[in-house]
Amino acid sequence: MSTTQKAAVAAVAAALGVTALAGCGSSDDSASGSGSTKGSGSKTVTLVSHDSFNASKDVLKEFTRETGYTVKVLKSGDAGAALNQEILTKGSPRGDVFFGVDNTLLSRALDNGLFTPYEAKGLDRVPADVQLDADKHRVTPVDTGDICVNYDKKYFADKKLAPPKTFADLAKPAYKDLLVTENAATSSPGLGFLLGTVGTFGEDGYQDYWKKLKDNGVKVVDGWEQAYNEEFSGSAGGKKAKADRPLVVSYASSPPVEVLYADPQPKTAPTGVATGTCFRQIEFAGLLDGAKNEAGGKALLDFLIGKKFQEDMPLTMFVSPVAKDAKVPGLFTEFGATADKPATVAPDAIAKNREQWVQSWSSLVVK
Amino acid sequence: MAVPVAFFAVFFAYPVAAIVGRGLKADGVWQFGRFGEVLARPEIRDVLWFTLWQALASTALTLLIALPGAYVFARFEFPGKQVLRAVVTVPFVLPTVVVGTAFLALLGRGGLLDELWGVRLDTTVWAILLAHVFFNYAVVVRTVGGLWAQLDPRQEEAARVLGASRFTAWRRVTLPALAPAVAAAALMVFLFTFTSFGVVQILGGPGFSTLEVEIYRQTAQLLALPTAAVLTLVQFAAVGAILAVHAWTVRRRERALKLVDPAQTARRPHGAGQWTLLAGVLLSVLLLVLLPLAVLVERSLGGSGFAYYRALTSADANSGTFLVAPVEAIGNSLRYALVATLFALVVGGFAAAALTRRAGRLVRGFDALLMLPLGVSAVTVGFGFLITLDKPPLDLRTSWILVPLAQALVGVPFVVRTMLPVLRAVDARLREAAAVLGASPLRAWREVDFPLVRRALLVAAGFAFAVSLGEFGATVFIARPDNPTLPVAVARLLGRSGDLNYGQAMALSTVLMLVCAVSLLLLERIRTDRSGEF
Repeated sequence: MSTTQKAAVAAVAAALGVTALAGCGSSDDSASGSGSTKGSGSKTVTLVSHDSFNASKDVLKEFTRETGYTVKVLKSGDAGAALNQEILTKGSPRGDVFFGVDNTLLSRALDNGLFTPYEAKGLDRVPADVQLDADKHRVTPVDTGDICVNYDKKYFADKKLAPPKTFADLAKPAYKDLLVTENAATSSPGLGFLLGTVGTFGEDGYQDYWKKLKDNGVKVVDGWEQAYNEEFSGSAGGKKAKADRPLVVSYASSPPVEVLYADPQPKTAPTGVATGTCFRQIEFAGLLDGAKNEAGGKALLDFLIGKKFQEDMPLTMFVSPVAKDAKVPGLFTEFGATADKPATVAPDAIAKNREQWVQSWSSLVVK
Repeated sequence: MAVPVAFFAVFFAYPVAAIVGRGLKADGVWQFGRFGEVLARPEIRDVLWFTLWQALASTALTLLIALPGAYVFARFEFPGKQVLRAVVTVPFVLPTVVVGTAFLALLGRGGLLDELWGVRLDTTVWAILLAHVFFNYAVVVRTVGGLWAQLDPRQEEAARVLGASRFTAWRRVTLPALAPAVAAAALMVFLFTFTSFGVVQILGGPGFSTLEVEIYRQTAQLLALPTAAVLTLVQFAAVGAILAVHAWTVRRRERALKLVDPAQTARRPHGAGQWTLLAGVLLSVLLLVLLPLAVLVERSLGGSGFAYYRALTSADANSGTFLVAPVEAIGNSLRYALVATLFALVVGGFAAAALTRRAGRLVRGFDALLMLPLGVSAVTVGFGFLITLDKPPLDLRTSWILVPLAQALVGVPFVVRTMLPVLRAVDARLREAAAVLGASPLRAWREVDFPLVRRALLVAAGFAFAVSLGEFGATVFIARPDNPTLPVAVARLLGRSGDLNYGQAMALSTVLMLVCAVSLLLLERIRTDRSGEF
């Protein structure tokens, strides 16, 4: 069929033409097939991350001004999925630096040998307690965020009831049917909250605690969006949805965000943080093993813990800086909260038992 | 034939085989014993059982509600019909994250039903089933209705003249002609609901899990490749079986139909019965399709007029949700969709042409093969890309082109499904007659096939375009430079606390809805008569 062949050639040519056009239109830099071009002399450094990564344009421009490297950001799903993709492509990574391994996933990343050790410049400004790989420096801590229960101020004021402060409070009859949390198997705040209870009540006590929570009417939904925007009465979305749960597992940085994105901005945050219910997440970045542009990757790691980037983070990713000299914006100090003593669980204990904890949690609470 | 085969080999078969192989091979030895292990686990059995029965229930419910709709759209002429036809297609391309939110607003606490009758359906199976009907209504209406509109009513009339009762005439004339389309529609709906992901996750809560959700969890979250591989193959087998049955029924029934211009077949309804039917269908469309969409619009306005929409146009200096104004996501989405549509049309068009010309066993197998991407989870394909497309010249892992490629995989089956029945129904004698009258093959094709196929081609393009506009899975799993598409932007906004973010998510969903509706409406306008399976 010569005619179909002719048509085929024409169609393919047309498709390619449009592809080329579409390529021109897209705003990213000339994304050729392979992230960074060959050789270490490349001027592009590729950062692979999860979907929540953000940085202001100006800050990335600043990096280019200081070092001559342009940053190309690749995002690939949520934190767990992004890390697993890196593990799959170990040895021939898609980029030079990976950002977004947190302490719940750290062991998985290290055991798989994803990273080349590198001690970032300026690490002396970062407290030792967040440097979980201090002897090898395979990863560099970049930010911290606390997963805590948020409460709806108005509800508790109307009811003349003191909001809960600790994990133990949540199981008290006064707070029956008020808490909504996320599925620990699928959602990172859900998992963080579960780990917080493990850290607080120990491996032997957490199951009893969850039994009490269940008897006290805790509701479990799949993800943070639904818990926060549909079930929690203190959030803007929840108010619209006439939500009826005044307690939700969210982040310590959620109240400032509520304020920032309200129009007009209120004098006080509509929500508060139960500071005794927190689990601290620490996020790390590392130089990928097999990176095409090692020099650029190292420069980027230095930059990630530099003052500029650290001060940019709170309002782009709503996390806290790790560098001591980074100033936190007023919004955070005014409306945010600091956890009393966030619960922690050692990364290797998490790696070893996470599956089993989540399993027993599921059979206890979800079924 | 070569083009689609190559396309599927490189961008589908090879990546999927590689990721499955990695899960089932240990030290170079196939571990088929893992099937037994995985399938013996009670939680996996629960998942399989739930997947099957909810898909069957969803399909039955969709057919029940949508078949009268197909009839009404095919046979009746009423004002606003075109707009309505475009509108009922909108849900099909909305990202599940948007639909989930809309349905929660309807069925959840404080939702409409709750306010009226104190009924709450979220985290029940009913919410899942209703959302599935909402999604797939258009599939039935377009697939069945499209063909119904082109069946010559005079055939039925002839049967009546020969003494058949009204019902007998319908059963002996219309039904056999429609059966392949109904089967195709049912199959499509079953496929979509069998592999449902977002709806189940959002509306079902953690208590319900389909095979697709489980594959996603095992792959993306746990990196338990062996389990994921077993489940992928199980899903493959199920989807393959469905497709085989479908191919067989179609072959049994497919024949050259006398297609006529739909404009001649639609009439104004007359008589109480027909008016009641029309009213009933319009009411069901109103409740099932328009109401969830209206809830979205209502929430996007949220009492503050167009403030949320205005917020969309500014790249907020003190927030990093986007480096660009969310409104730019529209441009990104359209670009991706355009490229994906082209890929899908080229590949699907060739495949359909090849399938029409030949009818060997091999070719028939290929027909079913083209449908397989619909039954394979985005995460499997995405992760397969990662471990296969990593060497030059095909190191596409960091290229934006991967997204439209993955979207085209899903679009191709639509193109083929749309083109094939029409191409096959073109009476070969027309071509022969043209040849006898001295037309060259090209001229015969241009004068005979093309006018009949052109409409199907447009509809196919419309569907491929719409599917990739709303496509969310591949767009999320495949690493891409930071130019968010509409669904991704919506998901991101929903992933933030704060009133403005929530409102902007609703506003952007509304925009997405409008973009889809307008694209579809334009297609409807190009030619009012449609054909094919969609």
